[in-house]
Amino acid sequence: MAKTVFKHPESLKEAIYHYCPGCGHSIVHRLVAEVIDEMGIRGITIGVPPAGCAVLAYNYFDVDMIEAPHGRGPAMASAIKRCLPDRVVFSYQGDGDLAAIGIAESFHAANRGENITVIFINNAVYGMTGGQMAPTTMLNQRTTTSPTGRKKELDGYPVKVSEIFSQLRGTTYVERCSVSSPAGVNKTKKAIKKAFQCQVDGLGFSLVEVLSLCPTNWKMTTIDSCKWIDEVMSKEFPPGVFKDEIAEAKKSAEDAPC
Amino acid sequence: MSGNNVIGEAAIRAGCRFYAGYPITPQNELTEYMAEHMRTAEGGVFLQSESEIAAINMIAGASATGVRVMTSSSSPGISLKQEGISSMAACELPGIIVNIMRGGPGLGNIRPSQGDYFQATRGGGHGDYRTIVIAPDTCQELADLTMDAFDLADKYRTPVMILADGMMGQMMEPVIFKKPKPRQYPEKFMLRGAGTGKSKFIRGLLLDPIDSEAHNWKLARKYQVISENETLFEEHRVDDAELVIVAYGTAARIAKGAIKRLRSQGMNIGLFRPITLWPFPEAKLRTLSAKVKNFLVFEMSTGQMLEDVRLALQGYANIDFHGRPGGSVPTPSELANVVARIYNKKDL
Repeated sequence: MAKTVFKHPESLKEAIYHYCPGCGHSIVHRLVAEVIDEMGIRGITIGVPPAGCAVLAYNYFDVDMIEAPHGRGPAMASAIKRCLPDRVVFSYQGDGDLAAIGIAESFHAANRGENITVIFINNAVYGMTGGQMAPTTMLNQRTTTSPTGRKKELDGYPVKVSEIFSQLRGTTYVERCSVSSPAGVNKTKKAIKKAFQCQVDGLGFSLVEVLSLCPTNWKMTTIDSCKWIDEVMSKEFPPGVFKDEIAEAKKSAEDAPC
Repeated sequence: MSGNNVIGEAAIRAGCRFYAGYPITPQNELTEYMAEHMRTAEGGVFLQSESEIAAINMIAGASATGVRVMTSSSSPGISLKQEGISSMAACELPGIIVNIMRGGPGLGNIRPSQGDYFQATRGGGHGDYRTIVIAPDTCQELADLTMDAFDLADKYRTPVMILADGMMGQMMEPVIFKKPKPRQYPEKFMLRGAGTGKSKFIRGLLLDPIDSEAHNWKLARKYQVISENETLFEEHRVDDAELVIVAYGTAARIAKGAIKRLRSQGMNIGLFRPITLWPFPEAKLRTLSAKVKNFLVFEMSTGQMLEDVRLALQGYANIDFHGRPGGSVPTPSELANVVARIYNKKDL
């Protein structure tokens, strides 16, 4: 009997990505769509794409979506979730969107313990605008606005989102993954699924940070980009689970009087 | 009830079920009223946001789900909201924004002012859009027009601003709340998950200039319909007037006091009060200029509505101006003296 081993996710439209060759967004979009399919939540999911390369995510995801102004995704997602608590609401954000212009909205949505999921793409650069320095740009990394490399004296340090957000009492699950290898991709999918499940179970704020490649703006080949994530970026941004209080949240939800 | 509380109560009665706001004087009573009453209203959500920017985007998100929404602030906070107001206009999301104006520019002060007229009536944020702007002058009007604002926002799927000032927000008057109209808002505009059907998206980004231009013209046609159908104004003692004061909100109240005084001294003065500032009741004002040739624009600013009055009346009538910016509130007698001087100089 024939067995389906590969198919197009139903939560992903049959559209051609506008993303550059080698871009990590295409991978993460697919992972999110696969998770939505597998959990059977397409009909109750509402996504909030950011300003940035992923602004056109609504052309790809076959779920209800509303565009947010730059950085404001978590504020919008919080409100949507408060109005429709039985829907699954996710915000998809880049590093500029989450860690620079939208740091307040992201931080406070996390701190309020909003029962939403944030998919955070960290590629250490502003992609859509042409490769400027991001809050997560590595020290000495060259970008169009740090042409001689990011200098800590002038430009400050890379912002470690997972480390910071895991310190907030409002967050339940925070993990950093990478899509630089097949193993990393599988791990990322597991993390995304866990984050969505955390929300479906009503257990609070979940964030998955994904170290993602941007060969175009890094001016590297795709292979070199993957290597750069593993050998350079992962030193500053080590992958791992920064917070997993799902079991505790489940227990306190069970213990709570109805 | 105080003006701020009246707005809150009227909103809840009109079916507002999502409010987000950030503390700023002189509108805090409204945020506090919503904190106390929104969460006890069925399905009501109150969120104290981390910023004005977050608040406007929260109401945009809630509006997309099909809920009636409101946020409020005062001048500096309204500046922060402009990004979101522009976005709501682009995405055609209904919602109410209350601006209890204070002195400016910058942090200014917390005294009543009307310095945000330009910002309110010209769109305020970036891009080719308009917001309906309603300027009540009594607590009763705050109650009635706040309720109507929700209907207007739904009807045209656009943000509506209630423009008042610190005086209106803080003063107390008795009010009667009318019965709200049943809400009619089609489900097709709501984003609530695709179910088993086709997914929807709401966006303002249109990268292709042909699409973007078409969207802009679509919005422009909507604004044209609003301009033709939704102007509100009050004419007060204009029938025998030889000079008409044009003023809105608190300034109109002061003008009414001044007119009483001036009439007792035998001067025939009237008032034209725009209630919608956008759309501005331009045609009505021009009609009035067929019989009245002298107008005095009076604002708590250096002269902003003055420009709209000039657009309506330049070449048709004489236009004078008196204004006090920065949070100074003129008295009726001060205004009466100004009017009397003009009246006597022109030998009316």
